[in-house]
Amino acid sequence: MTTQPLNTYRNGPDERGHFGIYGGRYVAETLMPLILSLEDAYRAAKDDPEFAAEMDYFLRDYVGRPSPLYFAERLTEHYGGAKVYFKRDELNHTGAHKINNCMGQILLARRMGKKRIIAETGAGQHGVATATVAARFGLECIVYMGEVDIERQKPNVFRMKLLGAEVRPVTSGSRTLKDAMNEALRDWVTNVDDTFYIIGTAAGPHPYPELVRDFQSVIGKETKRQMMEHEGRLPDSLVACIGGGSNALGLFHPFLDDKGVAIYGVEAAGHGIETGEHAASLTAGAPGVLHGNRTYLLQDDDGQITEAHSISAGLDYPGIGPEHAWLNDTGRVKYVSATDKEALEAFTLCCRQEGIIPALEPAHALAFVGTLAPTLPKDHLLVMNMCGRGDKDVFTVAEALGESL
Amino acid sequence: MSDTRIDSRFAALRAEGRAGLVTFLSAGDPDAATSLEIVKGLPSAGADLIELGMPFTDPMADGPSVQAAGLRALQSGATMRHTLQLVRDFRAEDDETPVILMGYYNPIHHYGVEPFLKDAVEAGVDGLIVVDLPPEEDEELCLPALNAGLNFIRLATPTTDDKRLPAVLANTSGFVYYVSITGITGAAAVDVGPVTFAIERLRRHTDLPIGVGFGIKNAVDAAAVARVADAAVVGSALVDRIEAAASPRAAVDGVLSLVRELADGVRGARNGSGAD
Repeated sequence: MTTQPLNTYRNGPDERGHFGIYGGRYVAETLMPLILSLEDAYRAAKDDPEFAAEMDYFLRDYVGRPSPLYFAERLTEHYGGAKVYFKRDELNHTGAHKINNCMGQILLARRMGKKRIIAETGAGQHGVATATVAARFGLECIVYMGEVDIERQKPNVFRMKLLGAEVRPVTSGSRTLKDAMNEALRDWVTNVDDTFYIIGTAAGPHPYPELVRDFQSVIGKETKRQMMEHEGRLPDSLVACIGGGSNALGLFHPFLDDKGVAIYGVEAAGHGIETGEHAASLTAGAPGVLHGNRTYLLQDDDGQITEAHSISAGLDYPGIGPEHAWLNDTGRVKYVSATDKEALEAFTLCCRQEGIIPALEPAHALAFVGTLAPTLPKDHLLVMNMCGRGDKDVFTVAEALGESL
Repeated sequence: MSDTRIDSRFAALRAEGRAGLVTFLSAGDPDAATSLEIVKGLPSAGADLIELGMPFTDPMADGPSVQAAGLRALQSGATMRHTLQLVRDFRAEDDETPVILMGYYNPIHHYGVEPFLKDAVEAGVDGLIVVDLPPEEDEELCLPALNAGLNFIRLATPTTDDKRLPAVLANTSGFVYYVSITGITGAAAVDVGPVTFAIERLRRHTDLPIGVGFGIKNAVDAAAVARVADAAVVGSALVDRIEAAASPRAAVDGVLSLVRELADGVRGARNGSGAD
């Protein structure tokens, strides 16, 4: 592990999709021509002002961007330290940051003439966002979702159906997010001509980690501008939760070369790292290859992928985006973790103090803010990405708090 | 590089004027002892080359049959070390039939590329097929494997166009595995028309033997493929026999009887006496 600072942390990946030793294109030959053509299409779109204009239009009028940068005054008082701001991506259409990426990818799919959209989903937020944009553009949509997740995220399953998507239960393996991703890849291998795979996080084979990051970077770009408006300077620290890590990269990436900005990613520690029941691939995993990229993975002594656990279905994944793996090894971002219990406490606190019901995912980030903020001076500017709202989680939280609805 | 058992076997098949039968089974399926018994019985049942799946929790390019086979093996305690031991035990009795390990990169990556190659060569492995290592990632395992004296067998697919084929074939050795459909293993039936066309296209780019797999379910399919390709690869249909077996004995008998049927199909394919 190196702690030697680099001149820039923002020029990855290289032309073969590597962030240091991470990333890459570890896919079956059938898919290689597809991801190469996706890369070409993305390069062309990136240089096309019409694509940017189209994206801007839909982000503003359909998604509802920019999302506010909100001064969480009562939580700031409660913690008694740093000045805490929320980047309110939970106010986006569909209730999370996921739609930023889905909008970008579906506009790409249209440019490529694809008629059929597939996606994987864990908590169902990415599935809902994908079903939403597919409905908006009139494209067929199939969402793969583990049987276990279907059971614990019923409202989102019904939302997807309302939006006209077909939700296909995945019964293989552990029947959660990683298996849904396997199944989506199997679908893509089978339906190569007409299908576009909208991956939900900054992981998978190159160019997905790059393009998802780019589509999510609107979060950090807005934050930079808004913080200048609010405070006339950059923030001192950033905090975001990490499952695959797309909301975090979206916030972090525009700030990576601003050396004065401390950056923290918060993984899900589940029942506690020491119990082995967690989803903290950086804290407790090892480098490996899964779902098209080299990254940190939860795995056993034989290189078999192990089950992740988190109260938050959106963080319940045994891997992490490759750029995070690299940012971890370079030391630019510090990765910490929060348990189910800590996240629940932060969840409740946020409801009462700010009148915001957060998703369980950013509740993990907030749990860490609760330990960090009190140690910092009052003029320290801290931004946390409130990347999703908690409506979807009320049943889970009620169960965890022992209340029946 | 000197000839591997794979090269010698294809040379012998060519001399016989027939195609070969390649059988795929997951190592350790349904358990270590039964798996060894099945594998030991394969050559006399008519398998010309043996592919052994290295069990993996997340086999992204495989259909339900092969996924289930790997999980059965893992549940009975299979590991990479056991897979290599299976090859060693087989080699103690058979020094001619080529053995190819097939699977995904992560278990090899975790074992360590160097120790894996060393142990595989010592165990008597002849070649590797690693589904999620395209030519873009050749430095990872393909080049070290070639240096270690193993064949690295690459998959070519219907989506591999003429522009891409040279890159796919560049470091391929032993044979080329043509995946006859876009899709996962075991899903659709093989269609010989397009396969014939695809093989002609491949032959314009390579002198390597061509094996065809994905979708071959019975002796008739195998014979049809054996007429146009250098080998027919059968996997899902074989592991389905293990799935269906009520006992380890029935698994051994079920697999080996299907191998005998497939071998008859392949051997009779070009002289008109095949199961057609």
